[in-house]
Amino acid sequence: MYPRRYLLALGLPGLLWVGLFVTVGLYALIAIAVGGTDPILLTPIPAWNPLHWSTTDLRAVGAALRPFHGTDWVVFQRTCIYIALSLAGCILIGYPVAYYAAVRARRTKGLILALLVTPLLVSYMLRMLAWVGLLSPGGWVNFVLMRVGLMSHQLNWLQGRPVTVVLGLIYGWIPYFIIPLYASLARFDQRYLEASRDLGANTFQTFLHITLPLSKQGILAGTVIVALPMFGDYFTNGLLSGSSSTAMAGTLINTYAQSQTAQSFAAAVAVWLMVFLGILLLPYLRSSARATLEVAR
Amino acid sequence: MRSELVIRARRLPWGAYALGAIVIAYLLWSLAPVAIAFLFSFNRGFSRSVWQGFSLQWWTGPNSVFHDSMYYDAIKHSFLLAAFAVIITVPLGVSLSVFLSRWRGRTSRPASLLATLPLVVPELVLSLAMFFLVTKLLHFISLGTPAQVLGQVTFILPLVIVITRGRLASIPIGFEEAAMDLGASPLAAFRLVLVPLLAPAILASAIVAFAVSIDDFVITQYMASTASTTSVPMLIYNATRGSATPALNATAIVMAMTTIVVTGTGYLLYRALSRREQITAVAGDQFPTVPALGEGVR
Repeated sequence: MYPRRYLLALGLPGLLWVGLFVTVGLYALIAIAVGGTDPILLTPIPAWNPLHWSTTDLRAVGAALRPFHGTDWVVFQRTCIYIALSLAGCILIGYPVAYYAAVRARRTKGLILALLVTPLLVSYMLRMLAWVGLLSPGGWVNFVLMRVGLMSHQLNWLQGRPVTVVLGLIYGWIPYFIIPLYASLARFDQRYLEASRDLGANTFQTFLHITLPLSKQGILAGTVIVALPMFGDYFTNGLLSGSSSTAMAGTLINTYAQSQTAQSFAAAVAVWLMVFLGILLLPYLRSSARATLEVAR
Repeated sequence: MRSELVIRARRLPWGAYALGAIVIAYLLWSLAPVAIAFLFSFNRGFSRSVWQGFSLQWWTGPNSVFHDSMYYDAIKHSFLLAAFAVIITVPLGVSLSVFLSRWRGRTSRPASLLATLPLVVPELVLSLAMFFLVTKLLHFISLGTPAQVLGQVTFILPLVIVITRGRLASIPIGFEEAAMDLGASPLAAFRLVLVPLLAPAILASAIVAFAVSIDDFVITQYMASTASTTSVPMLIYNATRGSATPALNATAIVMAMTTIVVTGTGYLLYRALSRREQITAVAGDQFPTVPALGEGVR
């Protein structure tokens, strides 16, 4: 066993880094959300001392987000709907792809895997840039749809269209969904499938009773991996729509953050978002924390 | 009997073909737009959506990616940030992972959870938090390159930890203990036993750190100051909806190609490292024959 001081020397720099920049950073976020305002500059002043906390901004933002009545409720509701639709799209498109790559593919497996990883290496912004080119007025999407006869005139796909934003979210994040799902599907024992078939189940029954339950963890992991950044995604929206009619939670935070005098609102929305995500993710966090600790053991 | 066989023989391939078709359609959908964006970097005109004939002007001309400072400054800045991210994140993350997997004590659980905490915070929230930290508390760190490096390292660190700990889980502490029992100092055991065994994970961490840093947008933007600290993703975000020329496409493609080449090379190296390990493992299996030889001598 290593002497303790050696191990501490290895671990302390990293722990201090995370402790200072993540933990104190998140505390700074809260301190801004509950802080005051500079009387002249109108910029937020953090309240580091919990005795000086004022919940004015937090309550104001909370009221704006109040279900059905708040002014920003519609943004929050839209965020949830867009993300739910995007997740459904990720599962419907991503599952067969990951399943084929992990279970069915033989000779082409290496190639398929390389192509599945390529979008992660081609940057997110390039992939969005590509779609902006295709969807612009006069772009190839309009051209093809008109040629096929699905549309009679040019449509501006990039001006506040929910369809574009949801498809953009799916397109942008689905590679991050497929990879963990692939990893979980590739791991399980193929003999389960043989056993199921030997016991008389057809392909569909085998899928329903064996493959699907065994890949539940992978679907859950992929869902969390793409859902979390989607809650803070303002750039997909900004590039593919730019209209306030498709604004999401991330757009709200980013818009407040860009304005010097509204930064405490950005912090307050972020705090509420973390509370919401905390409740939403509690079951997953518990199971993944357990898994982390098992690795630690 | 015969007809049943025919039906069975047909049923399976049909499903397989459908599945195969979905995969091909997906791959086309996911990659064709990028290929088209690449094509448009050779457009003769100024449009990024209407084809006006072939030209190399956005690659070699006076307003091209390598001659317009707006583009190549962003490329240089992106590489600078990536270099810092790899150089700082890999040693920091790998050593922290060794600590987390080898430390025994009451603090080991909270330390593990703390190290992976950023994974469950949306990047935007983390970016905002670090923005406030830098602007309101740590005034000695200025927005711009230092803050961008700081932000990227913080964002990438948990990923390095996840990769390295996965590897560490398969290296029993017994290896190092054996080395120390045989007289190696703890430092020698670490350097001669653990580090070589961790080599593939270290390499994988470096590749991921590089790719994530090049791709990163949110935290890099929140930590930026002036135009000189614009990275390529920021440039794309700011210019896409404007009237940028196809040189923008060329810029994005330069970054994508570099990432693919670097990652591909890294992957080949990784495979070579793993293969060497397999050979060692095979040699290790023959280890019992060595004492047998010794017995023969005796």
